[in-house]
Amino acid sequence: MNPNYLDFEQPIAELEVKIEELQHVGSDADINISEEIEKLREKSTKLTEKIYGNLSAWDIVKVARHPQRPYSLDYIPRVFTEFDELHGDRRFGDDRAIVGGVARLDGQPVMVIGQEKGRAVKDKVLRNFGMPKPEGYRKALRLMEMAERFKMPVITLIDTPGAYPGIDSEERGISEAIAQNLAVMSRLATPILCVVIGEGSSGGALGIGVGDHLAMLQYATYFVISPEGCANIIWKSTEHAPDAAQAMGVTSSVLQDLGIVDATIAEPLGGAHRNVGLMASRIQDHLIGQLDRLQQMPVEAMLEQRYARLMSYGN
Amino acid sequence: MSWIDKILPTGVRKEEGNRRSNVPEGLWTKCVKCEAVLYRPDLERNDDVCPKCDHHMRIGARRRLDIFLDQHDRQEIHTDVEPVDRLKFKDKKRYRDRLTAAQKATGEKDALIAMRGTLQGMPLVVVAFEFAFHGGSMGYAVGEKFTRAAQLALEEGIPLVCFSASGGARMQEALISLMQMAKTSAVIERMKQAGVPYVSVMTDPIYGGVSASLALLGDINVAEPDARAGFAGPNIIEQTIRQKLPKGFQRSEFLLDHGAIDMIVHRNDMRDTLGRLLAKLTATELAQSPPAAEEEGVETRDGEEVESVQDDD
Repeated sequence: MNPNYLDFEQPIAELEVKIEELQHVGSDADINISEEIEKLREKSTKLTEKIYGNLSAWDIVKVARHPQRPYSLDYIPRVFTEFDELHGDRRFGDDRAIVGGVARLDGQPVMVIGQEKGRAVKDKVLRNFGMPKPEGYRKALRLMEMAERFKMPVITLIDTPGAYPGIDSEERGISEAIAQNLAVMSRLATPILCVVIGEGSSGGALGIGVGDHLAMLQYATYFVISPEGCANIIWKSTEHAPDAAQAMGVTSSVLQDLGIVDATIAEPLGGAHRNVGLMASRIQDHLIGQLDRLQQMPVEAMLEQRYARLMSYGN
Repeated sequence: MSWIDKILPTGVRKEEGNRRSNVPEGLWTKCVKCEAVLYRPDLERNDDVCPKCDHHMRIGARRRLDIFLDQHDRQEIHTDVEPVDRLKFKDKKRYRDRLTAAQKATGEKDALIAMRGTLQGMPLVVVAFEFAFHGGSMGYAVGEKFTRAAQLALEEGIPLVCFSASGGARMQEALISLMQMAKTSAVIERMKQAGVPYVSVMTDPIYGGVSASLALLGDINVAEPDARAGFAGPNIIEQTIRQKLPKGFQRSEFLLDHGAIDMIVHRNDMRDTLGRLLAKLTATELAQSPPAAEEEGVETRDGEEVESVQDDD
């Protein structure tokens, strides 16, 4: 198995290997290989289209967790300019599972807050695999309140396997930290745009996920409990995670139907990791468009709309 | 669970579990903690707190409201809120069927009961979780009823008290249940901005989505003795950190020590303590206390006068 490809992508991987082999041959033979390569490329694209046109909920969970999936720190320099990271909750510490800071979006100052899983092993450990502790949510809250004071819109990038379930998390009040964010974000007097870029797991995701507009990348997921967790409770076995993923409706298409997600941002063919630049520019377009819309509204009206929307969940 | 339980339909099993928690018809029962044999009327008179070891038994939402509110002028509210199965969720069983079974077993539409009434003469809105209904989990119906109750409190400028007992968000309603966290937190925040008091009383157990929203957002957070409350369940934490959890982890004393709650309140003192607190927060004159005394000595303020039986059913 090629680790750069997911299990259901292996036929694509095989084609790509062939293409690569031919390219090597191509350099020392003059037969008409480029035509052959072109054909195989076309075939690979068609195959990718076909496979990605028919993904199950569980397949999408895998794409969202793909080891090469772009994370917040991959997008931030591509979507924004002049990002200055700000650290610390001023109470306990600095949680690297949540990054935040001031930046510019199309020239306009904004506050960016994103969950970061970390790429290399050392980085993953530093960032606790994207599982924030209370200080992460409190740092986010501090930055959001600062954004309100300086009339900066808030943009959050959601990507977490969940808030950290550990002794220290509980000791420092992880529940209260998340709850407080939900409460304050419901009334923060500045536009809040949320984008689920990878994995939106439960309260840990929602803790930076209340706002005026919620978008998901096409192959991102958002759930109240991980499919494995759900399967464990209901079927007493994680083997049923695919069934759980299907039953819970963890994808943007289902969540948009439920009226919870407002927009889906299309991913490049084969997922965001195949073309980070393109994905970033689509996210940027999305944010600029939505921000423009929200900033034309009086703040009071925007807040009333946000509140009415929160009240409508499930109706 | 024994094999015979497994082959029984859920309804039967649920009813059985329910009967156990509500204590059978018989006059004698056993404390689930110290195993002392208790005379049922004694236990009831003591608000379902074991007279021997002080263990606070799990009680249902209606019993909870009954022992908390003044006897007169109670009115159940928002009874029209019903659960919805927007996802048509189906695992081994249909969620619809699970709901029907839970409704049959508990006689409730969902896991939250709301009432308006008075506490020592002070008007207020009170909600209580029914743990026997799907582990008190919060789906649309719980979130909606809580929100409407809070909105009523907000409109009338009267306090809201919530007795929570919940395993967390209701899995079968997926993201709709997650969003109830945002919804309930938003309405609590409006109360806070308007200066309308909200007291959250945590009763064993509270976890997950309910803990990370409405349960910890009180102007005053209170817990019953020895109640467990936390974000992640002990099993999940043990699996994650691969070590045993310290004794008393996530119990009321732990919550108090770590600053999550303001106080631990014994069930016998709940009316008096909350009455005292709310009177101050609403600048109600102390003169409001006497109306409670009017109720033919229902009060067991000092815990000495227990012969004036509160529930003579």
